[in-house]
Amino acid sequence: MDFYIAAIIQALCFGPLVMGLFLSMKIFNIPDITTDGSYTLGAVITAVCLSKGYGLPATLILSMLGGALAGCCTAFIHTRLRINALLAGILVMTALYSVNLTLLGRSNMPLLSHSTIFSWFSVFAVTDQNTLAVLIVLSAVLFFAMSFMLQSDFGIAMRATGDSESMVRAQGVNTARMKVYGLAISNALVALSGCLIAQFQGFTDINMGIGIVISGLGAVIIGDTLINLLKIRAIPLMLGCVLLGVILFQLMLAVALGAGVDASMLKLTTSLLVLLIVALPRVGSTVIQLSKR
Amino acid sequence: MLQLQHISKTFDRGKATEVMAADGVTLQLDAGSYTVIVGANGSGKSTLLNLIAGSIYPDSGKILLKGEEIQRLPDYRRSRWVARVFQNPLTGTAASLSILDNFRMAALRKSPKWMKHGVDRHFKTSVAERLATLGMGLEDKLTQVMGTLSGGQRQAITLLMTVMTGVDVLLLDEPTAALDPRSAREVMEIADRIIRENNLTALLVTHNINEALHYGTRLIQMENGKVVRDFDNQLKSRLQHSEVVTWFDYY
Repeated sequence: MDFYIAAIIQALCFGPLVMGLFLSMKIFNIPDITTDGSYTLGAVITAVCLSKGYGLPATLILSMLGGALAGCCTAFIHTRLRINALLAGILVMTALYSVNLTLLGRSNMPLLSHSTIFSWFSVFAVTDQNTLAVLIVLSAVLFFAMSFMLQSDFGIAMRATGDSESMVRAQGVNTARMKVYGLAISNALVALSGCLIAQFQGFTDINMGIGIVISGLGAVIIGDTLINLLKIRAIPLMLGCVLLGVILFQLMLAVALGAGVDASMLKLTTSLLVLLIVALPRVGSTVIQLSKR
Repeated sequence: MLQLQHISKTFDRGKATEVMAADGVTLQLDAGSYTVIVGANGSGKSTLLNLIAGSIYPDSGKILLKGEEIQRLPDYRRSRWVARVFQNPLTGTAASLSILDNFRMAALRKSPKWMKHGVDRHFKTSVAERLATLGMGLEDKLTQVMGTLSGGQRQAITLLMTVMTGVDVLLLDEPTAALDPRSAREVMEIADRIIRENNLTALLVTHNINEALHYGTRLIQMENGKVVRDFDNQLKSRLQHSEVVTWFDYY
């Protein structure tokens, strides 16, 4: 049971990340690979801030600002220099590796001796329950903030930008600037996830971001499948589906690990799982078509 | 109202595919005029519209709107005064957004989009009233997603959206090219009504000679980036369908 609670805790730590990926991949239709770098950046800034004795609010804000800056870089390269978004993301991600290493000063740093966002709250006897409570509150705040933003005039303009750029430019929206805002918010959220995971695990590692975009993507795709399956149009329900997606995805991974998959095979398992999730709707519809013949 | 002075635009300069899409075009569009542009494919009609809308910039020449130079402004800045309907019905509206959200964007064409929830009951009623004028029954489907509507309905809504805020110039780039004959007629009638009611300066590009003769107060023909024929309202009303056809059948 504890094993699955740990999976849910991990999933909620990934909550901001999948919200961010939902924003860039589904709302803006930009495949943003900066994620791998900005996630680690969030964790690195957290480690540096905590070791220097900064308070928790400052740590959270600085991590998110770092992520936002990384997102701005990708968006500028993509919109101003007109470079493919995928390539722009890879460029920034690669550059961030050196930035992260320089900021951290070494390849990993333990944070166990510092007080974290999870350590100050201790109402329940079990640590996991305290952690879970903090994360549920955080996810709720995130959920309401995101659904407020996406339903506002600004959010409508964001969604329209991903839909039809010519339409939204004809309505007086600078789509290049909109993409900068979008990727900045998206990567700020991704960095927040890095910040949360670092505090939850109790360490920051320079390689912790490798393949994180795939984990997030798997969750977003589960969410998207649910959205299409249930024909959901309302923004809050969509965000709910995405959060549900990340929990389902982490639980699936937990089941796989629990069934005896070796921990060194985790990335392979993640990739195969995402492949399965992506392929399943297509294979499923083919089977249905074949059976109708 | 709108003046084009010696506008030139060359694509792929220096390459084998070099084409002069606008060759020193000088054109004056009076306030409230409705100009129809005809011409063969590649004659520069769409380029002219894109130059006015601001999606491309001229190599030389000036564009003046109400006496002010606008040729260097990007399209999203010009959208304050210039609205457009595209050839592809999917382009003018956002498919995954509801009808209401599309109108919300149109209502904010001249203002910044803040973190504010602006769709209230008052806004809904005003959009429903406007939609009712189309006679398509769309006023009961405000929350429906735009992508589920037909091409004709989407073009009609795009037209209606252009006049949500005061606009001076309306550009229609083959708005009926992708529509069936009946929807095409409906959309053209709606366009005609909106242009007259709002006293817009309109520019219509079309390949349909009947449309070109039936609508508008002026007819011009373009060829190789130049205006080669120009008929005012009086001359235009005397034009015969067969005569216009000969402009294109010169082989």
